[in-house]
Amino acid sequence: MIEVKGLVKTYGPKRAVDGVSFAVKRGDILGFLGPNGAGKSTTMKMITGFLRPDAGTATVDGIDVTADPVAVKRKLGYLPESAPAYPEMTVEEFLAFIAEVRGFRAHDARRAAVDRAIGLTHLAPVRAQTIETLSKGFKQRVGFAQALLHDPPALVLDEPTDGLDPNQKNEVRSLIKNMAVEKAVILSTHILEEVDAICTRVIIISQGKVVADETPAQLHARKPGARLDEVFRALTASDV
Amino acid sequence: MKQIPPVFKREFLGYFRAPVAYVFLVAFLVISVSLAFSRYGGFFKGGVASMESYFTFFPWLFLFIVPAVGMRLWSEEKRSGTVELLFTLPVTTLEAVLGKFLAGWAFLSLAVLLSFPMTLTLAYLGDPDWGVIVTTYLGAILMAGGYLGVCALTSALTKNQVISFVLSLGACAIVLFLGFSSFTDTLEGFLPVAVADAFANFSFITHFDAFTKGIIDPKDVVFFLSLMGFTLFLNVVALER
Repeated sequence: MIEVKGLVKTYGPKRAVDGVSFAVKRGDILGFLGPNGAGKSTTMKMITGFLRPDAGTATVDGIDVTADPVAVKRKLGYLPESAPAYPEMTVEEFLAFIAEVRGFRAHDARRAAVDRAIGLTHLAPVRAQTIETLSKGFKQRVGFAQALLHDPPALVLDEPTDGLDPNQKNEVRSLIKNMAVEKAVILSTHILEEVDAICTRVIIISQGKVVADETPAQLHARKPGARLDEVFRALTASDV
Repeated sequence: MKQIPPVFKREFLGYFRAPVAYVFLVAFLVISVSLAFSRYGGFFKGGVASMESYFTFFPWLFLFIVPAVGMRLWSEEKRSGTVELLFTLPVTTLEAVLGKFLAGWAFLSLAVLLSFPMTLTLAYLGDPDWGVIVTTYLGAILMAGGYLGVCALTSALTKNQVISFVLSLGACAIVLFLGFSSFTDTLEGFLPVAVADAFANFSFITHFDAFTKGIIDPKDVVFFLSLMGFTLFLNVVALER
């Protein structure tokens, strides 16, 4: 579903992403791990067509993002880091705008899409509230609702559980798990327990390079008996 | 191009979702009308049933008022991160640029048109030339578009609204001052006369004047439209870089 080959992005003298390659198929939940600044967000921004890669390709459902970015954006749901949204809009207005841009032009279809997204993310109690008045957890859910609204075949989630309390984290995880059956999901995180909780595959990147691409079980097997954060530290030791 | 309407709608209604729109509209109308009534405008003293004393301040008023509308167009999106949201939706850069620009322009046009009670006053007091009034409104709206094109571009260059405002103000001031003889005289001091004249042709005042006299010169219309086209093109380039 999502295929990434040799992505490179350079900021000035620094190579933020240095030849990252991987593939995600339907039903996979790929956990994207790495220290801060390792290139997770940059990679995601290139897959979603927000940044143009300096080299390499990213394809979604066979469509190259640099060749036809709009077609790729139609197939993707993307939750950017810290879930940006227009603060002066109410949840309902904001989702209706997203629905309209996503092609739900008829009033009824738009309403149905918004209601579905609100239902999935449990936003009903705050649907008439402006986004600036929402707590962090609700804001994150609005970002989620926005990404899911058009029922995309592929989801890219940049730190979906960041800043949530343990209950909310749990809820978001079960939401992702339930949806992933027929979707390809990439999520970035630096919470290692998340990997065990939901991911079917793990990629660790360090200094812009992939240092591990395997299942959580294989990752555990690298250092039998050790906790996941010890394995993580060993793999990313060069990146401090 | 079919993604322009939702972008337009969100941006235009966005002005009214915050108090910005109301503060702006009231301030604009109070300032523009009181300038016309002041002794510099001489709306009543002139004894002529025309809107000239009202519109004569517009190039100056726009210098401050249009950057206030234009500064948030892109800086705000960049600062709050929503630019990432907007450009990962199935919208091309051109559609986003046009949608947002047209919303800002429609808002400014609304502000200009809300001065219509002034024309009613004129109709009550005398017998104004409606043709001139219509061309002047047209000219003012086109000029607002020209200013806004410049401001949208400068707004796309920074995520800081204050920098965006100051840049817009500076850029608009340059195109405004190009029309003044004192300024062009200075230019003529070190540039060939033909070049200085060419520069003077880029002034908003030169092109707005004809409208206030009831003349729709295609050359002036083309000037404002091509200025908008050019700045919006640069706007797309600035965002895609």
